Amino acid sequence: MNHRNFVLTILGGATLLASTPLLAADPPTKIGFVYVSPVGDAGWTFQHDQGRKQMEAALKGKVTTKFIENVPEGADAERIIRQLAQDGSRIVFTTSFGYMNQTAKVATAFPNVTFFHATGYKQGKNLGTYNARFYEGRYLNGVIAGKMTKSNIAGYVAAFPIPEVMQGINAFTQGMRSVNPKAQVRVIWVNSWFDPGKEREAALTLISQGADMITHHTDSTAVVQAAEEKHKENKNLYAFSYHSDMSKYGPTAQLTGTTHIWGDFYTKIVNEVLAGTWTGTNLWGGFKDGMIRLAPLNSAVSAELKTQVAKMQAEIVAGKLHPFAGPVVDQDGKERVAKGKSMSDGDLGAMNYYVQGVASTLPKR
Amino acid sequence: MWLRFEPRAEPSRLMRYLSPIIAVALMLASGMVLFMLLGKSPMEGFKVFFLNPLKDSYGVAELFLKATPLMLCAVGLAVGFRANVWNIGAEGQLLVGALAGGWLALHFEGSNSPLLLPGMIVAGALGGMLWASIPALLRTRFNANEILTSLMLVYIAELMVSWLVHGPWKDPDGFNFPQTKLFTAKALLPVLMPGTRVNAALFIAIAALIAGWVFMNRSFMGYQMKVAGQAEHASRYAGFSAKRSVWLGMLVGGGMAGIAGISEVAGPIGQITEHISPGYGFAAMIVAFVGRLSPVGIFFASLLMALLYMGGEQAQQYLNLPYSISKVFQGMLLFFLLGSDVFINFRVRLLRRINK
Repeated sequence: MNHRNFVLTILGGATLLASTPLLAADPPTKIGFVYVSPVGDAGWTFQHDQGRKQMEAALKGKVTTKFIENVPEGADAERIIRQLAQDGSRIVFTTSFGYMNQTAKVATAFPNVTFFHATGYKQGKNLGTYNARFYEGRYLNGVIAGKMTKSNIAGYVAAFPIPEVMQGINAFTQGMRSVNPKAQVRVIWVNSWFDPGKEREAALTLISQGADMITHHTDSTAVVQAAEEKHKENKNLYAFSYHSDMSKYGPTAQLTGTTHIWGDFYTKIVNEVLAGTWTGTNLWGGFKDGMIRLAPLNSAVSAELKTQVAKMQAEIVAGKLHPFAGPVVDQDGKERVAKGKSMSDGDLGAMNYYVQGVASTLPKR
Repeated sequence: MWLRFEPRAEPSRLMRYLSPIIAVALMLASGMVLFMLLGKSPMEGFKVFFLNPLKDSYGVAELFLKATPLMLCAVGLAVGFRANVWNIGAEGQLLVGALAGGWLALHFEGSNSPLLLPGMIVAGALGGMLWASIPALLRTRFNANEILTSLMLVYIAELMVSWLVHGPWKDPDGFNFPQTKLFTAKALLPVLMPGTRVNAALFIAIAALIAGWVFMNRSFMGYQMKVAGQAEHASRYAGFSAKRSVWLGMLVGGGMAGIAGISEVAGPIGQITEHISPGYGFAAMIVAFVGRLSPVGIFFASLLMALLYMGGEQAQQYLNLPYSISKVFQGMLLFFLLGSDVFINFRVRLLRRINK
């Protein structure tokens, strides 16, 4: 390598990293976020917004971000996504499944803008998808529930029977029964992502049916709050939060929870796009990628159990433990994964059944 | 001191037509105050809210796209409202229409027949009429209040959509997500201007407005319904059938709402999902009243209403205001309209002291 080439390489590298003070003089890159609900102080959108803030802080001076909250899924979303692109956003994140076709359409119209759609399955040259393996966290929640339950019944408040929710219920059940074969999980569907009244009602019903471990796949804090309230009557009643750490709402009752961490991913992917090294994303990350985390464990969890859970988490990261390692048998006794194998991503993405140990039946079609 | 409202012997005709304009002016004025209270420059707020959405041809096309289902629903509702038939359930009729037409699109997936789209529109109208016929039947047969029954049927329709997209109509290749397959080319309404989303449903809506005008102003049946609305007893004395008014009012409203459903699923959405309408059926009631239940008025009122929706999005994006700001504007519009109507129909008397 001669001298000139060396200089060029250095310059090229510097441009690639875009991190020298010289280059920071460039106007910051605009990044847009589209949220399905108000940011609030807990839940799906709140976690994405935490991620946005973390990314903006990490790339201070290089990016400016803007978010539009409460964007209805449906025809109007397309106009809003388009406006962000038209307004000079170079990267747009759309954070709900219902924006998939709209994001794909706008992505075709704006080839110079890079789009990322959370939880969808359509990719393109300038359209990446991302999601997290929340079920890994659910499995560990289930293990704790299996160890701590006295009634051997867990209650699960769920929104809609889409694969992501099914994965959560089944992983929780698998985890719970891995340490407590007598345990069963009861599910109530509230047919809404956010309906505190219904969620609370469902939680109370499950508690009255004997569940002493309850969790939820809905957006509000109602289930954790209901558990906190009922904990006064049953000292062994506990809850696992979802999306966010909700210990603020259930300081005694919340044992832990599966929390979503988007910041590291956002920072990494934005850096790649800025550097021009991004070539497409279809990321489905779990503990290993830092996209989920367990909420701090309650002091009611014994030190021994804490160690066990930490060990299992390390095994999941190392790929030695899979929540859906065979044999996985569904509710009707059909073997879904044979012994010695673990479930493929394709099968996970199409999950539409309960595993053995779920005591409820799916709504009939 | 007391305020007393006395009915005016003859409300001013001119004022009846001016009151929507007064309401819009008051809404704008209070909107400016609202922007000021929120710490934004009122002029800037006005610009972002009312001018920004229309800054390019795409924006104008979007305005017409958004106004289309409102026009359709509102003109249908106006026919009933004129006869005091209170169909509150256009939202549900819209959904059932979308399902009926959407079923055709899914059943004849990939068909190249030029009849598919017209078939879907007819099916959409029939679906909406079917849903509207339930409250009509309950009203004419059992005298059940159609306000309640038509409203409750909205929730049933919503659950029906939810059940279908989660169940039997779910796209088998859609990873279990609640949506149908995308409609194929021949099942989609043609786009009028390349690069935008405004589609042929706009022409249907305008045709519906014209047909509505002819029906209301030039047909005997339309006259009968008007009489039924303004003077029930006179209408009964003249031998006009009240039942027929109910049926006609409900069916026209339902049919139009059903077509509005098609304008969405075969238009900008292109499939059936759980999110077909952001409440067009309800917003159309405001449109119908702001438009004085007249097709010409409805045309402009639906454009205004569409602008309020789009302005809310802009305000969110450029002024960091919450999306609910468009609901606030919609609410103010209706409030001021009803308010001006009170003063048109009543005279306010200031009574100093009532001496016995």
